[in-house]
Amino acid sequence: MKKVVYLRNVSTLKLNTDLCVGCEVCINVCPRGVFAKENGSVKIIDLDACIECGACQKNCYTKAVQVRTGVGCATAVINTALGKKGSNCCCVVEPCNSDSQKSSIRSSGCC
Amino acid sequence: MRHPSLKQPFVISSIQSVLGPVPVVNNFMTFADWLGTARVRCGIKRENYMVDPGLYAFGSPDSESEILVTSNYKLSFDSLRACLKEKSFWILVLDTQGINVWCAAGKGTFGTAELVSKIMSCSLHRLVKHRCLIVPQLGASGISAYETREKTDFKVIFGPVDCRNLLEFINNGKKSNEAMRTKTFTIADRLTLIPIELLHYIKIGCFLCLLVLIISGLIGSGTDLENVKGEGLFIVFGIFSGILTGAFWGPMLLPWLPGRAFSVKGLFIGLICALLLLLSRHVFYGNPWSWNEALVWIFTISSVSSYITLNFTGSSTYTSLSGVKKEMRWAIPLQIIGFSCGMVLALVTIFDK
Repeated sequence: MKKVVYLRNVSTLKLNTDLCVGCEVCINVCPRGVFAKENGSVKIIDLDACIECGACQKNCYTKAVQVRTGVGCATAVINTALGKKGSNCCCVVEPCNSDSQKSSIRSSGCC
Repeated sequence: MRHPSLKQPFVISSIQSVLGPVPVVNNFMTFADWLGTARVRCGIKRENYMVDPGLYAFGSPDSESEILVTSNYKLSFDSLRACLKEKSFWILVLDTQGINVWCAAGKGTFGTAELVSKIMSCSLHRLVKHRCLIVPQLGASGISAYETREKTDFKVIFGPVDCRNLLEFINNGKKSNEAMRTKTFTIADRLTLIPIELLHYIKIGCFLCLLVLIISGLIGSGTDLENVKGEGLFIVFGIFSGILTGAFWGPMLLPWLPGRAFSVKGLFIGLICALLLLLSRHVFYGNPWSWNEALVWIFTISSVSSYITLNFTGSSTYTSLSGVKKEMRWAIPLQIIGFSCGMVLALVTIFDK
């Protein structure tokens, strides 16, 4: 089946090939087929398919993958802009607590 | 460690393990389970649809059985146990406060810390001889396999995206193929997500309609009742058409609508709806509309439809936060301008009469 793709050239995903050891974990956790192994090394083959879920970054033990994670949810962005807090509603963008991504914004999903 | 309650309706018995009695869950969905699924799919009391977190048994598992990890949203838990058939498993339910695996992983509650804490509190080291857990692949944005291994010695294997492929995955030597790894967004997926969106906007729509009917009775050109039956009902028809277009036809026809941005897709289908509405007015009411009135509907329906479809980005499985923010920067101002134009023209039309 043809892959449906959202906007082009927006994903913040970066792969540092110097740090990559080719373990293929990113290929296995990505639900969008963004990575593939070509000629023995892992490459980003479909950046526009990336949804910035952060599964690759979370499971890359050499920290070769970097992405500003979040969930693409307009309601979450609006709720956050309106100042709603995310204690029980899942539709808000929350500041990320993790140390490695202090500057990034993490959005919880709309479910 | 406190075991999950044995009094939950889907628990059929309990088995003795090294950790004491563990609840055994029903291997099929009862009518009540389906009813619950239908209810939360419509967004009714969805926030509290959960099962007790902790360890459950499926079939009659032993120290060699696989451990499956899931969230404590009952819908996630139900869909897992409904596809396990005759095999035996342990099911480890993490406390995600009733949120599904993918969303909870994004939120961090379906995360490494919670998994490690449940591995410890359920004493999985004593329960099984192996050191392996099967976690849904969509949980990978919250759970770090290498950190879990460092902290607990348990190896996390990410299973397929869809639990219906789980048995095939296990029979395949716990290896997933590309199809199992890829999250799709089929027409069936979209259909199950539509009711919740639609009902949400219909609630707002009902309130608006009531307001419109009262106002049209007060300020129209004819008698009160004539106005309500004429202009009022037509506006009600318009509001619901806008909602139906944005919340039903937009998501349904999503891949086939032009443009990549959801707001553009919504705008397109909204324009079609507005034109059909004007045509139907001509056919059923027989009275031609003025340009003003036509523009009122074109502006309001297409901006409302565009906004509602934009909000479907959260339900969709292929949007990114960067993309949504980029789209919103131009779409929201245009939607506000479009809707305001419609409203100003509506006022002009009413006072012109």
